[in-house]
Amino acid sequence: MPTLVYIEEPGDLAQQSLAFARGLGEPLHALTAGQRVEVTGVEHVHHAEGDAFASFAPAAIARAVVEVMGTHSPSAVVASGTPRGNEVLARVAAITDLPLAANCIASTPGDGASVTRTRWGGSLLEEARVHADTLLLTVQPHAVAAEDAAGAAAPVESFTPALRDEDLVVTVRERVGSSAGGVSLAEARVVVSCGRGAGSPEGFGIIEELAGLLGGAVGCSRAVTMAGWRPHTDQVGQTGTKIAPDIYIACGISGATQHMAGCKGAKAILAVNIDPEAPILASADYAVIGDLHEVVPAISAELRKAGTG
Amino acid sequence: MRILTCVKRVPMTGGKIVLSGDEQAIETKHLGFTISPHEECGVEEAVRLIEANGGESVVLTLGPPEAEEQLRDAMALGADRAIHLVTDGNEWDPQATAAAIVEAIRADEAANSPFDLVCFGNESADSGGYQIGIRVAYALGRPVATGLKGVSLDGSSVRCEQEVPGGRDVYVLPLPAVVTVLEGLNLPRYPSVPAKLRAQRKPLDSSSPARPEPRLEKLRLVVPESQGKEAEILGHGPDAAPAVVEVLQRIGVA
Ligand SMILES: Cc1cc2nc3c(=O)[nH]c(=O)nc-3n(C[C@H](O)[C@H](O)[C@H](O)COP(=O)(O)OP(=O)(O)OC[C@H]3O[C@@H](n4cnc5c(N)ncnc54)[C@H](O)[C@@H]3O)c2cc1C
Ligand SMILES: Nc1ncnc2c1ncn2[C@@H]1O[C@H](COP(=O)(O)O)[C@@H](O)[C@H]1O
Repeated sequence: MPTLVYIEEPGDLAQQSLAFARGLGEPLHALTAGQRVEVTGVEHVHHAEGDAFASFAPAAIARAVVEVMGTHSPSAVVASGTPRGNEVLARVAAITDLPLAANCIASTPGDGASVTRTRWGGSLLEEARVHADTLLLTVQPHAVAAEDAAGAAAPVESFTPALRDEDLVVTVRERVGSSAGGVSLAEARVVVSCGRGAGSPEGFGIIEELAGLLGGAVGCSRAVTMAGWRPHTDQVGQTGTKIAPDIYIACGISGATQHMAGCKGAKAILAVNIDPEAPILASADYAVIGDLHEVVPAISAELRKAGTG
Repeated sequence: MRILTCVKRVPMTGGKIVLSGDEQAIETKHLGFTISPHEECGVEEAVRLIEANGGESVVLTLGPPEAEEQLRDAMALGADRAIHLVTDGNEWDPQATAAAIVEAIRADEAANSPFDLVCFGNESADSGGYQIGIRVAYALGRPVATGLKGVSLDGSSVRCEQEVPGGRDVYVLPLPAVVTVLEGLNLPRYPSVPAKLRAQRKPLDSSSPARPEPRLEKLRLVVPESQGKEAEILGHGPDAAPAVVEVLQRIGVA
Protein backbone atom coordinates (compact mmCIF):
# COMPACT_ATOMS: atom_id res chain seq x y z
CA MET A 1 0.00 0.00 0.00
CA PRO A 2 1.31 3.45 -0.84
CA THR A 3 2.36 6.22 1.50
CA LEU A 4 0.76 9.57 0.66
CA VAL A 5 2.69 12.78 1.33
CA TYR A 6 1.08 16.22 1.32
CA ILE A 7 3.60 18.65 -0.21
CA GLU A 8 2.84 22.26 0.65
CA GLU A 9 5.80 23.67 -1.30
CA PRO A 10 9.03 22.27 -2.70
CA GLY A 11 12.16 22.60 -0.59
CA ASP A 12 14.16 21.07 2.19
CA LEU A 13 11.20 20.35 4.46
CA ALA A 14 9.35 18.56 1.65
CA GLN A 15 12.44 16.43 1.00
CA GLN A 16 12.60 15.61 4.71
CA SER A 17 9.01 14.41 4.78
CA LEU A 18 9.57 12.37 1.59
CA ALA A 19 12.60 10.68 3.15
CA PHE A 20 10.60 9.95 6.30
CA ALA A 21 7.65 8.64 4.28
CA ARG A 22 9.91 6.32 2.26
CA GLY A 23 10.79 4.61 5.52
CA LEU A 24 7.09 3.88 6.11
CA GLY A 25 6.52 2.07 2.84
CA GLU A 26 6.59 2.49 -0.93
CA PRO A 27 5.39 3.44 -3.47
CA LEU A 28 5.30 7.10 -2.54
CA HIS A 29 2.42 9.24 -3.74
CA ALA A 30 2.47 13.01 -3.37
CA LEU A 31 -0.49 15.37 -3.10
CA THR A 32 -0.17 18.98 -4.16
CA ALA A 33 -2.83 21.68 -4.46
CA GLY A 34 -3.23 25.00 -6.19
CA GLN A 35 -0.02 26.04 -7.80
CA ARG A 36 1.71 23.20 -9.63
CA VAL A 37 5.04 22.21 -8.12
CA GLU A 38 7.51 19.66 -9.39
CA VAL A 39 7.99 16.62 -7.18
CA THR A 40 10.76 14.10 -7.78
CA GLY A 41 11.37 10.68 -6.28
CA VAL A 42 7.72 9.65 -6.07
CA GLU A 43 5.60 7.32 -8.16
CA HIS A 44 2.57 9.57 -8.58
CA VAL A 45 1.58 13.15 -7.98
CA HIS A 46 -2.09 13.82 -7.28
CA HIS A 47 -2.66 17.47 -8.04
CA ALA A 48 -5.86 19.02 -6.67
CA GLU A 49 -7.08 21.81 -8.89
CA GLY A 50 -10.06 24.12 -9.13
CA ASP A 51 -11.09 27.61 -8.05
CA ALA A 52 -11.12 26.54 -4.41
CA PHE A 53 -7.32 26.29 -4.47
CA ALA A 54 -6.59 29.77 -5.84
CA SER A 55 -5.38 30.86 -2.39
CA PHE A 56 -4.42 28.64 0.53
CA ALA A 57 -7.53 26.67 1.49
CA PRO A 58 -6.72 24.19 4.25
CA ALA A 59 -10.22 22.70 4.51
CA ALA A 60 -10.40 22.03 0.76
CA ILE A 61 -6.89 20.54 0.74
CA ALA A 62 -7.84 18.23 3.60
CA ARG A 63 -10.93 17.11 1.67
CA ALA A 64 -8.70 16.40 -1.35
CA VAL A 65 -6.38 14.29 0.81
CA VAL A 66 -9.35 12.34 2.15
CA GLU A 67 -10.56 11.74 -1.43
CA VAL A 68 -7.18 10.27 -2.44
CA MET A 69 -7.17 8.18 0.74
CA GLY A 70 -10.48 6.75 -0.46
CA THR A 71 -9.25 5.90 -3.95
CA HIS A 72 -5.69 4.71 -3.17
CA SER A 73 -5.91 3.37 0.41
CA PRO A 74 -2.50 4.57 1.63
CA SER A 75 -1.20 2.88 4.77
CA ALA A 76 0.18 6.21 5.96
CA VAL A 77 -0.39 9.90 5.24
CA VAL A 78 2.48 12.26 5.98
CA ALA A 79 3.09 16.03 5.99
CA SER A 80 5.71 18.39 7.34
CA GLY A 81 5.26 19.54 10.91
CA THR A 82 4.89 23.14 9.73
CA PRO A 83 1.88 25.29 10.68
CA ARG A 84 0.18 24.41 7.38
CA GLY A 85 1.22 20.75 7.37
CA ASN A 86 -0.04 20.26 10.90
CA GLU A 87 -3.27 22.11 10.13
CA VAL A 88 -4.08 20.11 7.00
CA LEU A 89 -3.39 16.74 8.66
CA ALA A 90 -5.39 17.68 11.76
CA ARG A 91 -8.33 18.44 9.45
CA VAL A 92 -7.82 15.08 7.72
CA ALA A 93 -7.76 13.42 11.15
CA ALA A 94 -10.96 15.20 12.15
CA ILE A 95 -12.78 14.19 8.95
CA THR A 96 -11.67 10.55 9.10
CA ASP A 97 -11.71 10.19 12.90
CA LEU A 98 -8.20 8.74 12.82
CA PRO A 99 -5.49 9.43 15.41
CA LEU A 100 -2.78 11.93 14.39
CA ALA A 101 0.78 11.96 15.72
CA ALA A 102 2.22 15.44 15.21
CA ASN A 103 5.90 16.31 14.88
CA CYS A 104 7.41 12.83 14.75
CA ILE A 105 11.13 12.10 14.51
CA ALA A 106 10.81 8.32 13.96
CA SER A 107 8.19 5.71 13.23
CA THR A 108 7.88 1.96 12.84
CA PRO A 109 4.92 1.16 10.59
CA GLY A 110 2.67 -1.87 10.76
CA ASP A 111 -0.09 -3.13 12.98
CA GLY A 112 -0.02 -0.98 16.09
CA ALA A 113 2.53 1.35 14.52
CA SER A 114 4.81 3.14 16.91
CA VAL A 115 6.05 6.69 16.68
CA THR A 116 8.50 8.89 18.50
CA ARG A 117 7.16 12.42 18.63
CA THR A 118 8.25 15.67 20.20
CA ARG A 119 6.62 17.41 23.15
CA TRP A 120 7.36 20.75 24.75
CA GLY A 121 8.63 22.12 21.43
CA GLY A 122 11.28 19.39 21.23
CA SER A 123 12.51 19.46 24.84
CA LEU A 124 10.93 16.07 25.51
CA LEU A 125 10.19 12.97 23.40
CA GLU A 126 7.19 10.64 23.58
CA GLU A 127 7.10 7.06 22.35
CA ALA A 128 3.53 6.22 21.41
CA ARG A 129 1.48 3.48 19.77
CA VAL A 130 -1.03 4.42 17.10
CA HIS A 131 -4.16 2.28 17.04
CA ALA A 132 -5.46 2.74 13.49
CA ASP A 133 -5.43 1.15 10.04
CA THR A 134 -4.06 4.30 8.49
CA LEU A 135 -1.18 6.11 10.14
CA LEU A 136 -1.46 9.91 10.09
CA LEU A 137 1.65 11.82 11.10
CA THR A 138 3.64 14.98 10.58
CA VAL A 139 7.42 15.14 10.55
CA GLN A 140 9.28 17.41 12.98
CA PRO A 141 11.17 19.96 10.85
CA HIS A 142 14.97 19.65 10.75
CA ALA A 143 15.02 16.47 12.78
CA VAL A 144 15.46 13.94 9.95
CA ALA A 145 17.69 13.86 6.88
CA ALA A 146 16.31 15.22 3.61
CA GLU A 147 16.48 13.16 0.43
CA ASP A 148 18.01 14.42 -2.75
CA ALA A 149 15.57 16.22 -5.02
CA ALA A 150 17.45 15.13 -8.15
CA GLY A 151 15.80 12.82 -10.67
CA ALA A 152 12.93 12.99 -13.05
CA ALA A 153 9.69 14.72 -12.12
CA ALA A 154 6.94 12.26 -11.37
CA PRO A 155 3.85 12.04 -13.59
CA VAL A 156 1.07 14.33 -12.45
CA GLU A 157 -2.56 13.31 -12.31
CA SER A 158 -4.79 16.34 -11.85
CA PHE A 159 -8.17 16.00 -10.23
CA THR A 160 -10.94 18.25 -9.01
CA PRO A 161 -11.99 16.97 -5.61
CA ALA A 162 -15.62 16.97 -4.58
CA LEU A 163 -15.86 19.76 -2.03
CA ARG A 164 -18.60 20.73 0.37
CA ASP A 165 -19.79 24.28 0.95
CA GLU A 166 -18.13 24.34 4.36
CA ASP A 167 -14.76 23.55 2.76
CA LEU A 168 -14.92 26.77 0.76
CA VAL A 169 -15.35 29.02 3.79
CA VAL A 170 -11.83 28.61 5.18
CA THR A 171 -9.71 30.26 2.57
CA VAL A 172 -7.20 33.12 2.58
CA ARG A 173 -9.12 36.27 1.57
CA GLU A 174 -6.17 38.63 1.43
CA ARG A 175 -2.54 39.08 2.44
CA VAL A 176 -2.00 42.26 4.47
CA GLY A 177 1.05 44.07 5.81
CA SER A 178 4.61 43.10 5.14
CA SER A 179 7.47 42.05 7.35
CA ALA A 180 8.80 44.90 9.43
CA GLY A 181 12.03 45.36 7.48
CA GLY A 182 15.50 44.98 8.98
CA VAL A 183 17.03 41.60 9.69
CA SER A 184 14.34 38.97 10.35
CA LEU A 185 14.77 37.14 13.64
CA ALA A 186 14.00 33.73 12.14
CA GLU A 187 16.62 34.09 9.41
CA ALA A 188 19.36 36.20 11.03
CA ARG A 189 22.91 34.80 11.07
CA VAL A 190 23.50 36.49 14.40
CA VAL A 191 20.93 36.99 17.15
CA VAL A 192 21.70 39.01 20.27
CA SER A 193 19.08 38.39 22.93
CA CYS A 194 18.45 39.65 26.41
CA GLY A 195 16.27 38.43 29.26
CA ARG A 196 15.15 39.72 32.61
CA GLY A 197 18.77 40.65 33.26
CA ALA A 198 18.23 43.71 31.03
CA GLY A 199 16.51 45.28 34.02
CA SER A 200 14.41 47.68 31.94
CA PRO A 201 13.44 48.47 28.34
CA GLU A 202 16.36 50.90 28.25
CA GLY A 203 18.64 47.96 29.05
CA PHE A 204 18.15 46.89 25.42
CA GLY A 205 20.12 49.88 24.12
CA ILE A 206 23.42 48.03 24.48
CA ILE A 207 21.86 44.87 22.99
CA GLU A 208 20.67 46.78 19.90
CA GLU A 209 24.11 48.33 19.56
CA LEU A 210 25.89 44.96 19.59
CA ALA A 211 23.35 43.41 17.21
CA GLY A 212 23.82 46.38 14.88
CA LEU A 213 27.59 45.99 14.86
CA LEU A 214 27.22 42.31 13.94
CA GLY A 215 24.47 42.88 11.39
CA GLY A 216 22.20 40.72 13.51
CA ALA A 217 18.70 40.77 14.97
CA VAL A 218 17.57 41.47 18.54
CA GLY A 219 15.76 38.76 20.47
CA CYS A 220 14.45 38.41 24.01
CA SER A 221 12.96 35.99 26.52
CA ARG A 222 9.32 35.75 27.58
CA ALA A 223 10.11 37.44 30.90
CA VAL A 224 10.83 40.51 28.77
CA THR A 225 7.72 40.38 26.59
CA MET A 226 5.51 39.76 29.63
CA ALA A 227 6.98 42.89 31.22
CA GLY A 228 6.08 44.78 28.06
CA TRP A 229 9.73 45.76 27.43
CA ARG A 230 9.80 44.31 23.90
CA PRO A 231 7.12 43.16 21.41
CA HIS A 232 6.28 39.46 21.20
CA THR A 233 7.78 39.38 17.68
CA ASP A 234 11.20 39.53 19.40
CA GLN A 235 10.53 36.52 21.66
CA VAL A 236 12.67 33.45 21.10
CA GLY A 237 11.26 30.14 22.31
CA GLN A 238 8.61 27.47 22.25
CA THR A 239 5.82 30.02 21.97
CA GLY A 240 7.94 32.62 20.20
CA THR A 241 10.19 32.50 17.17
CA LYS A 242 12.41 29.49 16.42
CA ILE A 243 15.84 30.66 15.28
CA ALA A 244 18.86 28.98 13.71
CA PRO A 245 21.69 31.57 13.56
CA ASP A 246 25.41 30.88 13.28
CA ILE A 247 25.71 32.31 16.77
CA TYR A 248 23.16 33.11 19.46
CA ILE A 249 24.35 35.56 22.09
CA ALA A 250 22.04 35.16 25.10
CA CYS A 251 22.53 37.79 27.79
CA GLY A 252 20.82 37.69 31.17
CA ILE A 253 18.71 34.67 30.18
CA SER A 254 18.53 31.73 32.59
CA GLY A 255 17.94 29.03 29.97
CA ALA A 256 14.44 27.68 30.72
CA THR A 257 13.58 24.66 28.55
CA GLN A 258 10.86 26.70 26.78
CA HIS A 259 13.40 29.33 25.83
CA MET A 260 15.97 26.80 24.67
CA ALA A 261 13.32 25.07 22.51
CA GLY A 262 13.51 28.15 20.28
CA CYS A 263 17.29 28.34 19.86
CA LYS A 264 18.28 24.67 19.63
CA GLY A 265 18.94 25.26 15.94
CA ALA A 266 21.76 27.75 16.68
CA LYS A 267 25.16 26.52 15.52
CA ALA A 268 26.77 28.10 18.58
CA ILE A 269 25.47 29.70 21.78
CA LEU A 270 27.35 32.29 23.82
CA ALA A 271 25.82 33.00 27.24
CA VAL A 272 26.54 36.16 29.20
CA ASN A 273 25.31 35.61 32.74
CA ILE A 274 26.18 36.90 36.18
CA ASP A 275 25.44 33.48 37.68
CA PRO A 276 28.03 30.77 37.00
CA GLU A 277 25.36 28.18 37.89
CA ALA A 278 22.73 29.41 35.38
CA PRO A 279 21.12 26.42 33.56
CA ILE A 280 21.88 27.98 30.17
CA LEU A 281 25.56 27.14 30.67
CA ALA A 282 24.65 23.46 30.17
CA SER A 283 23.52 24.18 26.59
CA ALA A 284 25.96 26.97 25.71
CA ASP A 285 29.23 26.54 23.82
CA TYR A 286 30.81 29.68 25.24
CA ALA A 287 30.15 31.76 28.31
CA VAL A 288 31.19 35.00 29.91
CA ILE A 289 30.47 35.27 33.60
CA GLY A 290 29.65 38.83 34.55
CA ASP A 291 27.22 41.72 34.52
CA LEU A 292 25.82 42.13 31.02
CA HIS A 293 25.66 45.90 31.50
CA GLU A 294 29.48 45.88 31.60
CA VAL A 295 30.26 42.90 29.36
CA VAL A 296 28.08 43.81 26.35
CA PRO A 297 29.41 47.39 25.91
CA ALA A 298 32.95 46.02 26.27
CA ILE A 299 32.32 43.56 23.41
CA SER A 300 30.96 46.38 21.23
CA ALA A 301 33.98 48.55 22.03
CA GLU A 302 36.34 45.68 21.22
CA LEU A 303 34.57 45.08 17.89
CA ARG A 304 34.96 48.77 17.00
CA LYS A 305 38.64 48.59 17.97
CA ALA A 306 39.12 45.54 15.78
CA GLY A 307 37.57 47.60 13.00
CA THR A 308 35.27 44.78 11.94
CA GLY A 309 32.09 46.19 13.45
CA MET B 1 -22.57 36.90 22.95
CA ARG B 2 -20.95 33.80 24.48
CA ILE B 3 -17.32 32.71 24.14
CA LEU B 4 -15.71 29.51 25.43
CA THR B 5 -11.94 29.13 25.90
CA CYS B 6 -10.32 25.73 26.51
CA VAL B 7 -7.15 25.53 28.61
CA LYS B 8 -4.85 22.74 29.82
CA ARG B 9 -2.94 22.53 33.10
CA VAL B 10 0.77 21.87 32.55
CA PRO B 11 3.84 21.91 34.82
CA MET B 12 6.12 24.93 34.71
CA THR B 13 9.37 23.20 33.94
CA GLY B 14 12.52 25.18 34.64
CA GLY B 15 16.00 24.67 33.25
CA LYS B 16 15.79 20.89 33.13
CA ILE B 17 13.09 18.26 32.70
CA VAL B 18 13.09 15.35 35.15
CA LEU B 19 10.76 12.37 34.61
CA SER B 20 8.79 10.37 37.16
CA GLY B 21 10.05 6.85 37.89
CA ASP B 22 7.56 5.19 35.52
CA GLU B 23 8.51 7.56 32.65
CA GLN B 24 4.84 8.43 32.15
CA ALA B 25 5.02 12.04 33.27
CA ILE B 26 7.26 14.89 34.33
CA GLU B 27 8.29 14.82 37.99
CA THR B 28 6.36 17.77 39.38
CA LYS B 29 7.10 17.58 43.11
CA HIS B 30 8.95 20.90 43.03
CA LEU B 31 7.13 22.57 40.16
CA GLY B 32 4.30 25.06 39.85
CA PHE B 33 1.60 24.75 37.17
CA THR B 34 0.27 27.00 34.49
CA ILE B 35 -1.45 26.98 31.09
CA SER B 36 0.10 27.60 27.69
CA PRO B 37 0.83 31.25 26.87
CA HIS B 38 -1.27 30.70 23.72
CA GLU B 39 -4.27 29.75 25.85
CA GLU B 40 -3.67 32.66 28.23
CA CYS B 41 -3.93 35.00 25.24
CA GLY B 42 -7.12 33.17 24.27
CA VAL B 43 -8.65 33.82 27.69
CA GLU B 44 -7.60 37.49 27.55
CA GLU B 45 -9.05 37.91 24.04
CA ALA B 46 -12.37 36.36 25.09
CA VAL B 47 -12.56 38.66 28.11
CA ARG B 48 -11.86 41.72 25.95
CA LEU B 49 -14.48 40.71 23.38
CA ILE B 50 -17.08 40.26 26.12
CA GLU B 51 -16.10 43.56 27.72
CA ALA B 52 -16.67 45.22 24.34
CA ASN B 53 -19.80 43.34 23.24
CA GLY B 54 -21.45 42.13 26.45
CA GLY B 55 -22.29 38.54 27.23
CA GLU B 56 -20.51 35.70 28.94
CA SER B 57 -17.01 34.28 28.79
CA VAL B 58 -16.63 30.67 29.93
CA VAL B 59 -13.42 28.70 30.48
CA LEU B 60 -13.15 24.89 30.29
CA THR B 61 -10.51 22.36 31.21
CA LEU B 62 -10.23 18.59 31.22
CA GLY B 63 -7.79 17.67 33.94
CA PRO B 64 -7.17 16.54 37.51
CA PRO B 65 -8.96 18.11 40.51
CA GLU B 66 -5.96 20.43 40.95
CA ALA B 67 -6.69 21.99 37.54
CA GLU B 68 -9.31 24.09 39.34
CA GLU B 69 -6.31 26.36 40.04
CA GLN B 70 -5.97 27.13 36.31
CA LEU B 71 -9.72 27.75 35.99
CA ARG B 72 -9.57 30.20 38.92
CA ASP B 73 -6.54 31.90 37.29
CA ALA B 74 -8.54 32.30 34.08
CA MET B 75 -11.48 33.72 36.01
CA ALA B 76 -9.08 36.16 37.71
CA LEU B 77 -8.26 37.38 34.19
CA GLY B 78 -11.98 38.03 33.78
CA ALA B 79 -13.71 34.83 32.61
CA ASP B 80 -17.18 34.66 34.16
CA ARG B 81 -17.51 30.98 34.97
CA ALA B 82 -15.84 27.61 34.48
CA ILE B 83 -16.49 24.04 33.41
CA HIS B 84 -14.22 21.38 34.88
CA LEU B 85 -14.12 17.91 33.34
CA VAL B 86 -12.37 16.10 36.15
CA THR B 87 -9.91 13.27 35.42
CA ASP B 88 -7.78 11.03 37.60
CA GLY B 89 -4.66 12.83 36.40
CA ASN B 90 -3.80 10.47 33.55
CA GLU B 91 -3.52 12.38 30.29
CA TRP B 92 -6.26 11.77 27.71
CA ASP B 93 -5.32 11.36 24.06
CA PRO B 94 -6.40 14.09 21.60
CA GLN B 95 -9.46 12.28 20.24
CA ALA B 96 -10.79 11.49 23.70
CA THR B 97 -10.11 15.04 24.89
CA ALA B 98 -11.86 16.52 21.87
CA ALA B 99 -14.87 14.20 22.27
CA ALA B 100 -15.29 15.14 25.93
CA ILE B 101 -15.04 18.85 25.10
CA VAL B 102 -17.63 18.46 22.32
CA GLU B 103 -20.02 16.76 24.72
CA ALA B 104 -19.54 19.48 27.33
CA ILE B 105 -20.15 22.18 24.72
CA ARG B 106 -23.35 20.50 23.54
CA ALA B 107 -24.62 20.20 27.11
CA ASP B 108 -23.83 23.82 27.92
CA GLU B 109 -25.37 25.07 24.69
CA ALA B 110 -28.51 23.02 25.30
CA ALA B 111 -28.87 24.61 28.74
CA ASN B 112 -28.03 28.14 27.59
CA SER B 113 -27.43 29.29 24.01
CA PRO B 114 -24.77 28.53 21.38
CA PHE B 115 -21.23 29.82 21.85
CA ASP B 116 -20.51 32.39 19.13
CA LEU B 117 -16.82 31.61 19.40
CA VAL B 118 -14.90 28.66 20.83
CA CYS B 119 -11.25 29.44 21.37
CA PHE B 120 -8.27 27.07 21.73
CA GLY B 121 -4.51 27.34 21.89
CA ASN B 122 -2.91 26.46 18.54
CA GLU B 123 -1.09 23.70 20.40
CA SER B 124 -0.95 22.59 24.01
CA ALA B 125 2.26 23.47 25.88
CA ASP B 126 3.16 19.92 26.86
CA SER B 127 1.75 17.47 24.30
CA GLY B 128 1.69 19.81 21.30
CA GLY B 129 -0.76 17.70 19.30
CA TYR B 130 -1.89 20.61 17.05
CA GLN B 131 -5.37 19.16 16.68
CA ILE B 132 -7.92 19.43 19.47
CA GLY B 133 -9.45 22.74 18.33
CA ILE B 134 -9.76 21.43 14.78
CA ARG B 135 -11.36 18.16 15.90
CA VAL B 136 -13.90 20.00 18.02
CA ALA B 137 -14.75 22.36 15.13
CA TYR B 138 -15.40 19.50 12.70
CA ALA B 139 -17.46 17.59 15.25
CA LEU B 140 -19.62 20.67 15.80
CA GLY B 141 -19.76 21.45 12.09
CA ARG B 142 -18.25 24.92 12.56
CA PRO B 143 -15.49 26.60 10.55
CA VAL B 144 -12.05 26.89 12.16
CA ALA B 145 -8.99 29.05 11.49
CA THR B 146 -5.70 28.27 13.21
CA GLY B 147 -2.57 29.91 14.58
CA LEU B 148 -4.13 33.36 14.85
CA LYS B 149 -2.46 36.57 16.01
CA GLY B 150 -5.48 38.74 15.23
CA VAL B 151 -9.16 38.09 15.98
CA SER B 152 -11.83 40.75 15.46
CA LEU B 153 -15.60 40.54 15.33
CA ASP B 154 -17.47 42.13 12.50
CA GLY B 155 -21.20 41.66 12.90
CA SER B 156 -21.94 38.02 12.21
CA SER B 157 -18.41 37.06 11.19
CA VAL B 158 -14.94 36.92 12.68
CA ARG B 159 -11.87 38.26 10.90
CA CYS B 160 -8.84 36.07 11.59
CA GLU B 161 -5.23 37.05 10.97
CA GLN B 162 -2.44 34.51 10.69
CA GLU B 163 1.21 35.58 10.59
CA VAL B 164 3.04 34.12 7.58
CA PRO B 165 6.41 34.94 6.06
CA GLY B 166 5.81 38.23 4.27
CA GLY B 167 2.72 39.48 6.10
CA ARG B 168 -0.58 38.30 7.50
CA ASP B 169 -3.12 36.01 5.83
CA VAL B 170 -6.72 36.94 6.51
CA TYR B 171 -9.61 34.50 6.86
CA VAL B 172 -13.21 35.59 7.42
CA LEU B 173 -15.43 33.01 9.10
CA PRO B 174 -19.17 33.19 9.73
CA LEU B 175 -20.21 32.78 13.38
CA PRO B 176 -20.48 30.48 15.21
CA ALA B 177 -16.82 29.60 14.63
CA VAL B 178 -13.77 28.07 16.25
CA VAL B 179 -10.37 29.77 16.47
CA THR B 180 -6.96 28.56 17.63
CA VAL B 181 -4.63 31.31 18.76
CA LEU B 182 -0.98 32.08 19.41
CA GLU B 183 0.88 34.07 22.02
CA GLY B 184 1.34 37.62 20.75
CA LEU B 185 -2.39 37.96 20.00
CA ASN B 186 -2.46 40.40 22.91
CA LEU B 187 -0.59 41.12 26.14
CA PRO B 188 -2.65 39.47 28.91
CA ARG B 189 -3.42 41.68 31.89
CA TYR B 190 -1.87 41.07 35.26
CA PRO B 191 -4.78 40.09 37.56
CA SER B 192 -5.36 42.39 40.52
CA VAL B 193 -5.82 41.07 44.05
CA PRO B 194 -9.56 41.89 44.08
CA ALA B 195 -9.92 40.10 40.72
CA LYS B 196 -8.25 37.03 42.24
CA LEU B 197 -10.59 37.14 45.23
CA ARG B 198 -13.63 37.54 42.99
CA ALA B 199 -12.46 34.55 40.94
CA GLN B 200 -12.67 32.32 44.02
CA ARG B 201 -16.42 32.95 44.19
CA LYS B 202 -17.27 32.60 40.50
CA PRO B 203 -19.38 29.55 39.50
CA LEU B 204 -17.60 26.33 38.55
CA ASP B 205 -19.45 23.25 37.25
CA SER B 206 -17.68 19.94 37.41
CA SER B 207 -18.36 16.47 36.09
CA SER B 208 -16.29 13.33 35.65
CA PRO B 209 -16.49 11.84 32.14
CA ALA B 210 -15.21 8.30 31.59
CA ARG B 211 -11.86 7.95 29.79
CA PRO B 212 -12.05 5.93 26.55
CA GLU B 213 -9.16 3.75 25.39
CA PRO B 214 -6.48 5.96 23.82
CA ARG B 215 -5.91 5.59 20.08
CA LEU B 216 -2.68 7.56 20.33
CA GLU B 217 -1.30 5.65 23.27
CA LYS B 218 1.59 7.19 25.19
CA LEU B 219 4.05 4.42 26.02
CA ARG B 220 6.80 6.40 27.67
CA LEU B 221 8.55 9.74 27.77
CA VAL B 222 12.24 10.17 27.01
CA VAL B 223 14.46 13.16 27.77
CA PRO B 224 16.49 13.74 24.59
CA GLU B 225 20.20 13.15 25.02
CA SER B 226 21.77 16.45 25.87
CA GLN B 227 24.86 17.11 23.86
CA GLY B 228 26.85 16.84 27.07
CA LYS B 229 28.10 20.35 26.46
CA GLU B 230 30.24 22.17 28.90
CA ALA B 231 30.47 25.84 28.02
CA GLU B 232 33.98 27.15 27.45
CA ILE B 233 34.35 30.06 29.86
CA LEU B 234 35.82 32.91 27.83
CA GLY B 235 36.41 35.04 30.91
CA HIS B 236 34.88 37.08 33.66
CA GLY B 237 33.46 40.59 33.25
CA PRO B 238 34.45 43.11 30.57
CA ASP B 239 37.98 41.67 30.38
CA ALA B 240 36.50 38.78 28.40
CA ALA B 241 35.69 41.04 25.43
CA PRO B 242 38.81 40.27 23.34
CA ALA B 243 38.21 36.52 23.71
CA VAL B 244 34.59 36.99 22.62
CA VAL B 245 35.60 38.94 19.53
CA GLU B 246 38.11 36.22 18.68
CA VAL B 247 35.28 33.65 18.77
CA LEU B 248 33.05 35.88 16.63
CA GLN B 249 35.84 36.24 14.08
CA ARG B 250 36.51 32.50 14.06
CA ILE B 251 32.81 31.83 13.39
CA GLY B 252 32.98 34.42 10.63
CA VAL B 253 30.37 36.88 11.86
CA ALA B 254 32.75 39.71 12.82
C1 LIG C 1 4.35 26.75 28.17
C2 LIG C 1 5.42 27.77 28.31
C3 LIG C 1 5.94 28.37 27.19
C4 LIG C 1 6.96 29.30 27.31
N1 LIG C 1 7.49 29.85 26.18
C5 LIG C 1 8.58 30.66 26.29
C6 LIG C 1 9.22 31.20 25.14
O1 LIG C 1 8.77 31.02 24.00
N2 LIG C 1 10.32 31.96 25.32
C7 LIG C 1 10.85 32.22 26.57
O2 LIG C 1 11.88 32.90 26.66
N3 LIG C 1 10.24 31.74 27.67
C8 LIG C 1 9.13 30.99 27.56
N4 LIG C 1 8.52 30.54 28.70
C9 LIG C 1 8.97 31.08 30.01
C10 LIG C 1 10.19 30.37 30.57
O3 LIG C 1 9.78 29.25 31.31
C11 LIG C 1 10.98 31.33 31.51
O4 LIG C 1 10.12 31.81 32.51
C12 LIG C 1 11.61 32.52 30.78
O5 LIG C 1 12.31 32.09 29.65
C13 LIG C 1 12.57 33.23 31.74
O6 LIG C 1 13.12 34.37 31.13
P1 LIG C 1 14.57 34.91 31.59
O7 LIG C 1 15.59 33.86 31.38
O8 LIG C 1 14.75 36.23 30.95
O9 LIG C 1 14.34 35.23 33.14
P2 LIG C 1 14.93 34.51 34.43
O10 LIG C 1 14.64 33.07 34.44
O11 LIG C 1 14.49 35.33 35.58
O12 LIG C 1 16.50 34.65 34.26
C14 LIG C 1 17.22 35.84 34.32
C15 LIG C 1 18.70 35.50 34.15
O13 LIG C 1 19.44 36.70 34.06
C16 LIG C 1 20.62 36.59 34.85
N5 LIG C 1 20.96 37.98 35.19
C17 LIG C 1 20.28 38.83 35.98
N6 LIG C 1 20.89 40.03 36.01
C18 LIG C 1 21.97 39.93 35.22
C19 LIG C 1 22.99 40.84 34.82
N7 LIG C 1 23.02 42.11 35.27
N8 LIG C 1 23.97 40.42 33.98
C20 LIG C 1 23.96 39.13 33.51
N9 LIG C 1 23.02 38.24 33.85
C21 LIG C 1 22.03 38.63 34.69
C22 LIG C 1 20.23 35.71 36.01
O14 LIG C 1 21.38 35.08 36.57
C23 LIG C 1 19.29 34.72 35.33
O15 LIG C 1 20.02 33.60 34.84
C24 LIG C 1 7.46 29.63 28.60
C25 LIG C 1 6.91 29.03 29.73
C26 LIG C 1 5.88 28.11 29.60
C27 LIG C 1 5.33 27.47 30.83
N1 LIG D 1 -7.08 18.69 28.66
C1 LIG D 1 -7.53 19.76 28.00
N2 LIG D 1 -8.55 20.50 28.50
C2 LIG D 1 -9.03 21.58 27.84
N3 LIG D 1 -8.51 22.01 26.68
C3 LIG D 1 -7.48 21.33 26.15
C4 LIG D 1 -6.94 20.17 26.77
N4 LIG D 1 -5.92 19.71 26.00
C5 LIG D 1 -5.83 20.56 24.95
N5 LIG D 1 -6.77 21.53 25.04
C6 LIG D 1 -6.98 22.66 24.11
O1 LIG D 1 -6.62 22.28 22.81
C7 LIG D 1 -5.51 23.06 22.33
C8 LIG D 1 -4.65 22.24 21.41
O2 LIG D 1 -4.13 21.10 22.07
P1 LIG D 1 -3.30 19.97 21.33
O3 LIG D 1 -4.12 19.47 20.22
O4 LIG D 1 -2.99 18.98 22.39
O5 LIG D 1 -2.04 20.66 20.86
C9 LIG D 1 -4.86 23.56 23.61
O6 LIG D 1 -4.08 24.73 23.42
C10 LIG D 1 -6.06 23.82 24.49
O7 LIG D 1 -6.70 25.04 24.14
